[in-house]
Amino acid sequence: MKFTEEHEWLRVDEDLVVVGITEHASEQLGDVVFVEMPEIGTLVSKDDEVVVIESVKAASDILAPIDGEIVEVNEALADTPGKVNDDPLGDGWFFKIKPSDLGQMDEYMDETAYQDYIA
Amino acid sequence: MADLLTTPLNALHRELGAKMVPFAGYDMPVQYPAGVMKEHLHCRAKAGLFDVSHMGQVILRAPGGYAQAASEMEALVPVDLLGLGEMRQRYGFFTNDQGGILDDLMLANRGDHMFVVINAACKAGDIAHMRAHLPGCEVEEITDRALLALQGPAAEAVLDALVPGAAEMRFMDVAILPSEFGELWISRSGYTGEDGYEISVSDAQAEALARALLAHDDVEPIGLGARDSLRLEAGLCLYGHDIDETTTPVEASLIWGIQKVRRAGGAREGGFPGAERILDEMANGAARARVGLRPEGRAPMREGTQLFENAEGGAAVGQVTSGAYGPTIEAPMSMGYLPRPLATEGTVIYGEVRGKRMPVKVAKLPFTPANFKR
Repeated sequence: MKFTEEHEWLRVDEDLVVVGITEHASEQLGDVVFVEMPEIGTLVSKDDEVVVIESVKAASDILAPIDGEIVEVNEALADTPGKVNDDPLGDGWFFKIKPSDLGQMDEYMDETAYQDYIA
Repeated sequence: MADLLTTPLNALHRELGAKMVPFAGYDMPVQYPAGVMKEHLHCRAKAGLFDVSHMGQVILRAPGGYAQAASEMEALVPVDLLGLGEMRQRYGFFTNDQGGILDDLMLANRGDHMFVVINAACKAGDIAHMRAHLPGCEVEEITDRALLALQGPAAEAVLDALVPGAAEMRFMDVAILPSEFGELWISRSGYTGEDGYEISVSDAQAEALARALLAHDDVEPIGLGARDSLRLEAGLCLYGHDIDETTTPVEASLIWGIQKVRRAGGAREGGFPGAERILDEMANGAARARVGLRPEGRAPMREGTQLFENAEGGAAVGQVTSGAYGPTIEAPMSMGYLPRPLATEGTVIYGEVRGKRMPVKVAKLPFTPANFKR
């Protein structure tokens, strides 16, 4: 698993990359009450705003961590956005992206580096 | 932020794991580890303890006692204070010459004097305003007492166990009761839509009282985050957001706060700043009204969201003044101002969220029913 400075995690799942936010991020956001997903098939570039999260506190954007095509989104979050808080690394995932260049993941932190980053 | 003020409960908030933020010049807890959603739901289910010590507490004394203070104060607020019963409290607002609202406040008849509670951010202005316009009154700002709020269906049982007599109070009663925490100034009121109390306690005893309340299984500490979602569900205004110097009480749908005796045809009609405009709007209607808004989707429409009559085209007709997710109603909720023809329950208008116009329905306030003990 890789981690971005924006507190997203990326997990390679066969030829796709699953993206979510870290436990640290979900704690900082507070209770998530609404998640707006991109449409399946959307082509995204790194740093495009792809997801909007509304928590009890504020709205924030999730950026595409790599270039690629959105091939699946976590539809369950539409009705149960609280999964982002309850299980950010599991059931609270956001979308799966078909990467254009898996090498873009190399720039991101591993777990140890991320833990240092948020410490 | 070295110059932030602190309340007597500051160390307790930190001990409880609160996330502290600057609010109206004070270092205040925005949430505790449970988080806004759980705190909100707990308050509606059991009881929540709030530190509202940042609010201003002021005593008004006059040679002529309460009646003189009330009579002078009636020149600043459109409220029936002379008719307010002893040990009773009323909601009111200071108006300006344009009919706008300078602050909203609570006013109590405490027998030989008046006691008022004002908003933290307006404290200095309100006190200067009272000193300038209440010539016969001594305006004493109380600076050595904290203010706690205990709100929720369990509040009565919890407080009465510590302070016998609390249960006998009715909604908007005030009482001065002895306790092991010294003399408490209690009102049966609050800012959540729930039954509950606001309790003024000496700074020295505030933490002991807070700990005694928190020791009860039913009581959890509640931060400013849930305070905001609770008051919004209850349809209550936040000064500086839903009401301010540019909104009249009529526009703000607060005419229930203007008693008959101060209205047109009443024995003490008008006589407060901006009376001409306010009474005219009461007779002929204001151009706009504060309304409840229920977005049809799940996305909250927050403060500043522009409102449109149609899904496309046209200029904004109003805007959201408060908006959040309502944990009890399990849906987003907002308040805002709309032109009067659109300000009727069930009307669908559009709020622009991230460049898209989303349908939102004008809804009845409060969003959750009030549970006051009348």
